[in-house]
Amino acid sequence: MRKLFVLLVLVANFAHAVDSAPVADDPQLDKRVMELAENLRCLVCQNQTIADSPAELATDLKKQIREKMKQGMSDRDIIDYMVARYGDFVLYRPPLRGTTILLWFGPLLFLTAGLAALFYRLARRRKNVRMELSDADRARAAALLKSDGDAEDR
Amino acid sequence: MKHYLVLVAFGALIALLAVGLTLNPREVPSPLINKPAPHFQLPQLREADKVFSEQDVIGKVWLLNVWASWCVSCREEHPVLLEFAKSNLAPVYGLNYKDKREDGLAWLQRFGNPYRLSAFDSEGKVGIDYGVYGVPETYVIDKRGVIRYKQIGPLTPEIVKQKIIPLVTKLNNA
Repeated sequence: MRKLFVLLVLVANFAHAVDSAPVADDPQLDKRVMELAENLRCLVCQNQTIADSPAELATDLKKQIREKMKQGMSDRDIIDYMVARYGDFVLYRPPLRGTTILLWFGPLLFLTAGLAALFYRLARRRKNVRMELSDADRARAAALLKSDGDAEDR
Repeated sequence: MKHYLVLVAFGALIALLAVGLTLNPREVPSPLINKPAPHFQLPQLREADKVFSEQDVIGKVWLLNVWASWCVSCREEHPVLLEFAKSNLAPVYGLNYKDKREDGLAWLQRFGNPYRLSAFDSEGKVGIDYGVYGVPETYVIDKRGVIRYKQIGPLTPEIVKQKIIPLVTKLNNA
């Protein structure tokens, strides 16, 4: 059992090694590359960042980021460089602009609509519950309940 | 009345989701449309000592087709490209992407060569400049060197007939 566990841990480590960054001689630069790569979407496996994706294109793009950083480009410059080639889609966090307003605030809109509907219904239900009974109504109700009870006892 | 409203809201949601299902998430709109084709200078595939640049074809409407010998869909697309090249409407240039020279040449030998010539982008750097992420991709570039259309994935006879040929004809006459 223990051996199996050790084996599993080892295998897990190997699996992890596959999608890590390309070889680095400068750990600080490597950290910067990975941080930026966390914010960029891989276009091949679209729900992964470039940092996570094992796709070949992601490796190439990481390489490209590293080179641009070595040339002294800022993170902002590199993001602009990527957007110029792949469009806003490459950004893992979509930018806030006219076409993405629904994306950003849609959930809030649905929540507001849901809450409004809920309060509307609750308010109406409260109104319906307050029914005035006259003395005649009460007497009739009591008589009905009584006769019903008698019938069921048997 | 109330039930009617719920039904309408439900219908609207279904319609929204149905439209979403028909969209292809693989087709990312290229920001390069109507922008000048990025500059490159690469060795040619066949003649390694010669170079090819997008500047060499300024003044002509041309197609840039990104391909590779390892790319399965390229094989599917290939007859369509050969057919288009035969029509002589516009020259087709290849960008041999992340390939080995001998593999690329053998592939052309085997399946036929629709390209005037292919540029050899072994590291895929020009590919990145052109925003390539799924080979094959095809760009239609006008006489001034502006990208007018980008096809992601293989060209089909329908796409060539409905999009490429009308566009190329229009650009040729411009």
